[in-house]
Amino acid sequence: MIRSLLWILGAILLGGIVHLSTVLVLPQAAAQDAYSRLVPLTTVNAMVPLAAPTAEASIMPFMDPAFSAAVCRYDLSSGSIKLNAPLSQAYTSVTFYTRNSVAYYAIDDRAAGRRAIELDLMTPEQHAQVPEEEDVTAADRLIIESPTTTGLIVLRALAPEPGLLAMAHRALAGAQCHIGPVQ
Amino acid sequence: MRLLFGSCFTLMLAAVIGLGATWLTVTHGVAFGSLTIGVWTAWPKSGSVDIDPYARATIARTGELPVGTGDGVAFYARTDDAGNNFDGRCTFTISGMTPAARYWTLTLYDLDGRLVANTIDRHGFTSAEIVRDAEGRFVISVAPQARPGNWLPTGGIERFVLVWRLYDTPIGVATRTTKEGPMPAIVRKACS
Repeated sequence: MIRSLLWILGAILLGGIVHLSTVLVLPQAAAQDAYSRLVPLTTVNAMVPLAAPTAEASIMPFMDPAFSAAVCRYDLSSGSIKLNAPLSQAYTSVTFYTRNSVAYYAIDDRAAGRRAIELDLMTPEQHAQVPEEEDVTAADRLIIESPTTTGLIVLRALAPEPGLLAMAHRALAGAQCHIGPVQ
Repeated sequence: MRLLFGSCFTLMLAAVIGLGATWLTVTHGVAFGSLTIGVWTAWPKSGSVDIDPYARATIARTGELPVGTGDGVAFYARTDDAGNNFDGRCTFTISGMTPAARYWTLTLYDLDGRLVANTIDRHGFTSAEIVRDAEGRFVISVAPQARPGNWLPTGGIERFVLVWRLYDTPIGVATRTTKEGPMPAIVRKACS
């Protein structure tokens, strides 16, 4: 009796370990996460507009249909990324995701405070190599550090009314994402 | 012989317990640090690097991209104020106050996060297009058949989810009291 209880206790403990390790490994093993879904639809280090979600097809679940979105799938291994996004009239935001869909930085148009959102994205190592004075003269330039070498920059522009979706789309069409040194 | 049987049994039970618990938590969307106001629940930490491992596993499985903390916050509701599940064959009215935000959007999805097909091609409202009365209040009718005013069609599906996204809002990780964020009330009316 006691022996079988011990076996069950052991199974519960082992089951807990299995549970915790699978939860931790799952993000790395997921084949249908947002990044994997966007790989066939995007090119590396370029801003690509995303198809708006409809009842028939949606690239990702729970996309906000009131927004026009564009994505830059980045790879920082060959240099830092420059992002330039003109603002639409209503509301524009930029969100940075790691390879595993963790949103590590987000900024909206009001926080950016100018007519365009301009920033540099780099790895911590690349940031460390940016010369000191350059960092000072570029104080009004935002530098974002990416925790992973690859990831996603998602640009979203709100269409307050369905008729304004084309306007939001046009605003995003001017956005650029490319490899370039910090100026 | 007994030892072999015992260890086989233990390993199998461990696998069932471990994988079963993972499957349950990931499909049911377990996440810590939730912010609940009425029937609306948000996970502000899921939009930041402080996201917990369960929420990470869930978004990796579903394939969604959470709203970033500097962008806004998303509140999910699956039932009305009385605890009735959202049934697309019933009429629900949404009314009341919304927390401070530059813009908000309300969207209706099925349980898998897909938009629902309907005759007028409407899947939600934004704060800019909602019809309000003289005092600035609004009532949204979530119903299978057309309603006057703000009609959000359900398409007659069995179960749906409402997502209220607030953009450029002070509501977030630091929000603790419900006083800061009044969220709209949801009441079920007739079912067809």
